[in-house]
Amino acid sequence: MKPAPFKYARPASLDAACAMLAQGDDARLIAGGQTLVPLMAMRLARPKRLIDIGRLAELAFVRREDDAVAIGATTKQCVLEHDPLVRSQVPLLAKAMPFVGHAPIRARGTFGGSLANADPAAEIALVAVTLGATIVYRDGSELIAVSAAEFFTGPMTTVLPPSACLTCARFPVWREARLGVGFHEINARRSDFAFASAAAQIALDEDGTCARLALGIGAITPVPRRLDALGEMLKGKRMEEKRLRAAIAAALADIDPLSDLHASADYRRRAAATLLFRAITDAYQTAQPHARHAS
Amino acid sequence: MSNTAKAFRFISTDRRVREDRRFVVGKGRFAADVALPDTRHVALVACPHPAARILSIHTSEALAMPGVRYVLGGRELAAATQPLLAGLDTPKVMRRPLAVDVARYAGEWVAAVVADTRAIAEDAAERVQVDYAPLPFVLDGEAAFAPESPAVHADHGSNVLLDRTFTWGEVERDFAQSPHHLSLRVKWGRSSTVPVETFAVLASWDPWREILDVFASVQMPRFPDQVALALKLPGSSVRVHNDVDVGGSYGVKRGIKHAVLVGYLTRRLGFPVRLVEDRLENMRGGDGHGPERNFDVEVAFDERGVIRSMKLRALDNVGAYAGRSPFQLGKPIGAIVGPYRINSVEYRAIAVTSNKTVQEAVRAFGQSPTNYAIERAVEEVARHRGLDRLEVRRRNLISAEEFPYRIPSGTTYDSGDYHAVIDKVLARADYADLIAERDRLRGDGLLAGIGMAACLEPSGANSTFEPLLNPKNETTTYVESCRIHVDVSGAVTTTIHTLSSGQGHETLVASAIGEVLEIDPDRIRVVRPDSLASLPSQSPVGSRMAIMLGGAAFHAAQKLKERLIAIAAHDLKIPAEQAVYHGGDVFDRSRPQIGRSWAEVVTIAHRHFHRLPPATEPGLAFTHVLQVPTGGSLPTADGRVQMYPCFAFEFHLILLAIDPDLGKAEIKRYLVGHDCGTVINPKIVRGMTLGGIAHGIGASLYEEFAYNADGQLLAQSFMDYLLPSAHEIPPVEIVHHVTPSPHTVFGQKGSGESGYLGAPGAIASAVNDALAPLGLVVNSLPIKIAQLGDMIAAARSKATPGERI
Amino acid sequence: MRLELSVNGSIHVVEVEPRMSLLDCLRERLLLTGAHAGCEHGVCGACTVLLDGVPVRSCLMFAVQADGCAITTIEGIAPGPGELSLIQDAFCETHAMQCGYCTPAMILTAHALLAGNPAPTRAEIVEAISANICRCTGYAQIIEAVALAADRMRGLNQPAART
Repeated sequence: MKPAPFKYARPASLDAACAMLAQGDDARLIAGGQTLVPLMAMRLARPKRLIDIGRLAELAFVRREDDAVAIGATTKQCVLEHDPLVRSQVPLLAKAMPFVGHAPIRARGTFGGSLANADPAAEIALVAVTLGATIVYRDGSELIAVSAAEFFTGPMTTVLPPSACLTCARFPVWREARLGVGFHEINARRSDFAFASAAAQIALDEDGTCARLALGIGAITPVPRRLDALGEMLKGKRMEEKRLRAAIAAALADIDPLSDLHASADYRRRAAATLLFRAITDAYQTAQPHARHAS
Repeated sequence: MSNTAKAFRFISTDRRVREDRRFVVGKGRFAADVALPDTRHVALVACPHPAARILSIHTSEALAMPGVRYVLGGRELAAATQPLLAGLDTPKVMRRPLAVDVARYAGEWVAAVVADTRAIAEDAAERVQVDYAPLPFVLDGEAAFAPESPAVHADHGSNVLLDRTFTWGEVERDFAQSPHHLSLRVKWGRSSTVPVETFAVLASWDPWREILDVFASVQMPRFPDQVALALKLPGSSVRVHNDVDVGGSYGVKRGIKHAVLVGYLTRRLGFPVRLVEDRLENMRGGDGHGPERNFDVEVAFDERGVIRSMKLRALDNVGAYAGRSPFQLGKPIGAIVGPYRINSVEYRAIAVTSNKTVQEAVRAFGQSPTNYAIERAVEEVARHRGLDRLEVRRRNLISAEEFPYRIPSGTTYDSGDYHAVIDKVLARADYADLIAERDRLRGDGLLAGIGMAACLEPSGANSTFEPLLNPKNETTTYVESCRIHVDVSGAVTTTIHTLSSGQGHETLVASAIGEVLEIDPDRIRVVRPDSLASLPSQSPVGSRMAIMLGGAAFHAAQKLKERLIAIAAHDLKIPAEQAVYHGGDVFDRSRPQIGRSWAEVVTIAHRHFHRLPPATEPGLAFTHVLQVPTGGSLPTADGRVQMYPCFAFEFHLILLAIDPDLGKAEIKRYLVGHDCGTVINPKIVRGMTLGGIAHGIGASLYEEFAYNADGQLLAQSFMDYLLPSAHEIPPVEIVHHVTPSPHTVFGQKGSGESGYLGAPGAIASAVNDALAPLGLVVNSLPIKIAQLGDMIAAARSKATPGERI
Repeated sequence: MRLELSVNGSIHVVEVEPRMSLLDCLRERLLLTGAHAGCEHGVCGACTVLLDGVPVRSCLMFAVQADGCAITTIEGIAPGPGELSLIQDAFCETHAMQCGYCTPAMILTAHALLAGNPAPTRAEIVEAISANICRCTGYAQIIEAVALAADRMRGLNQPAART
């Protein structure tokens, strides 16, 4: 499984990388390569030129920008796993990171690489969609920002033109004092691509009612899906099992789940409901450490 | 002979495995590590269709690429070689390394490209244009069995390679006289051992010496001579290097088509040629799939659940060609009743071809699927009678007093104490506690179950299934050999005549010899001569090496020891019976201060002919070629024969919980009782059992070579063929018992297949116990998460008891 | 393309095609055959090497990407000819292998784990080695080897008992 031949360049700057991409000669960017190299090894991807941006320091950052945390595209996944800013300001992403592949994959894989790869089961993509992140890419000299929901258009497909380079994503920071997160997925083996996944970030008021709720499901539909209606339905309410399950069922009623070798559509729909319930419950419980369990 | 209560000096002690030393520093010598100058590399062109006529192969574009040396098609190769050997008498089912005129499965190799690098070979392989005319195809085994299905081999006329029914005992009478019957179908899905190292072979032809050197990652009986036969070479022109380390095999690394392919190419082209399968070639076209079986089991039993008779129809889908694989229906005949006292058996063995990847020998050679079917039947009997599953097993198990025990198909089980092993496991588990734990998990809302399986590991191997299933093949010889040599300096060297894939044979043979000679095994050098310098060997299959290599080494060492005693006695002028051997030295029993040291005897043997006893060969070189104990006979007319000599026993006990909402199963506790007689090296045996259980967990819950309706293999890479990682394997407690074999030198039985033999049955048992409150049963493997989830959801919504899959 | 790789403390200059994986470069150019190909698509982990001390899949890197990086392979672990590191010895003590094909990867992974975590729990050991597939052992003896090595390494740091 050797890739088809290609030329390799390692530009020293993002400007230089974009200039190379603009030449339009079937070039692709490589950063960590953890998703691209297997595709190339199987000859499913055959770029004539690889432009290595993996060492571009200008794209490797985690920083606060106004009321968002901006993460650079070539930031390694293992860095995100342990970054204190991510843990405190984007707790849902910190929660999801250990589910991304295995440690050796996270040692090389990048944040932007995962987004650009757009696997329907990808954890980072799910978090981005759930939290309404903004994804920024550069095409030539133009910087374009799209919402995560708009960024992913289908399995393994995004709005990124071949000439574009993803530069960063911005996650809105929630100001509420009491935040909790939950992330669940079901897969055959730990670290496999999930058949279904669910993400929840919750902010509670002082009286324990839900002030704000961001929910998303992944691996169930061709792109990760944010469940706004469900979030709205549960806002201002106390978490209570029957209500929660009914609301989840209603929210999933019009979803058209994927069906494949691993799981039927029905399975994914049921798994989505179970995982959402667990994610929301976890989020609620971690948001108020002294509370009793939701009944 | 066996040493029952004797305490051993080295056998059964917790010694390190000497092979480990080279592996931990990365100095294993695997086939892909062997480098010869001017080696060129092969990549394969595979047929994308499940069945197709090959109309033409256009190679000019590929040949024009720089670095490409040759493109070989099936017709050229077929003209120069013999077809690969088949086990059954099916002369019209011809198998060759490259398809000739017709390709019979998606992934079958149609052409081979030779280039300066593997990467260039792959580039060129993409440029080879093959024109195909797709043909009708069949995938399902039962469909292939039907006469109207398209025959994979038109000249053979049907897809049936084997359809033979054996009747041992008064089956119809026993059924008529039994108050209860039940029948069920169980399915064993297509999986395999899938070693982490793919098959790799390097061949180099020396035209002046007329020797073909072969370095291959192989585990195969008769590999050198089958390579020679196919290439139309005398056997003495093929030199297989036995000192290549094999990165796992567990049966499947036969590689005969790979070796014939590169063997032909190196002779044709004049430089060494190497083929290292990449993972895609391996999964689809490497011909390493395992059994894919439907079992229709009917049992006749009484009100106490005692089974009197069994009818078993086993249909195996062997894929598009067959070498030895259909014999995997024959080997289990040697343990066809499992560990149970079943009086009569009717067994129908059916092997069919289909347009799927070819099946190869998988660990235990068909015994694990058979054990699964038998254990499912036993559990159904218990359910039918409303009896405890453990109790039903106890009632049916052969008891210790009954050994040696002859089963209806003619094999005699050597020894065992199955009830004692079970009792030990239950005690270790604290069985009442286990049940309480299960109930507590159920109280927490999980579907929890206890699973168990009792089964045998036939060991020692004996290929009497060959004459049984193919009367034209009268093979009754199944041997292993050992040579020991003490050189003039007194150093001991011994030989192994086959490759190993992690079984610790060097440690095994050194321990056996050290035990006999009473010298530290670490002082014994073990070497592996190549096949030209080797004595007969049948390779490490059939859980045989502890018995056979251990036995051959023992006997060779005994011969050496007797010679040492004879030389010393003669030199001391005493009768041999008066000489005492102790730790390498020989003493006069009546004057213990008088003796000859090891060094002195060695010197006499090598250098002082005048002091040797009359008619004694100088030097100290001894060989032993050991025929399999109890072997050597042909089957009777009604198909009875002694198959393997020794029978190890295992009893698995599992606690498992299923998340009812997600269908995911988790093994909470795993115990296994294991009796393989005398354990030669505890670390090795433990590793075998734990590895076998992991393999069984994979086959039960994760691994499947699934196909779609278009005949395409869906699990072509490790993304979809799911090998268990450390997360998926629970801690396992092993409980030991020793019932020595009367047939072996130390009382040892085999253990190379342990764990794999019973884990699938036990996991199926646990899942079914967990699902029982919902009235569900699963009768197929693997058991997938989504499948369980769907079943449970349907049962909960309909609340219909008795639903089955 | 010409690149400089620091492997086990020595600098090697090699000329490679861009598409040559780091794994193939180590094996074929530097004749360091301890890293093994199992799948070439990043799942089995038999190709694991340490890149700046961190386990990575060398089949998922092109050699050109490793230009200037410090790589450790299994050949760089033994302290000297005929000697074994403490971890290598622990693997021998528990028989944490059979065929040996995944063993270099497991040992390198263990080295990296214990370098950062001197007292790993069983769960942490399992998590660390879960990235490497073994088909022979069922993992238990490997887990025991890592735990034994950790124990011995911690023991080395104890002050000698006074008598």
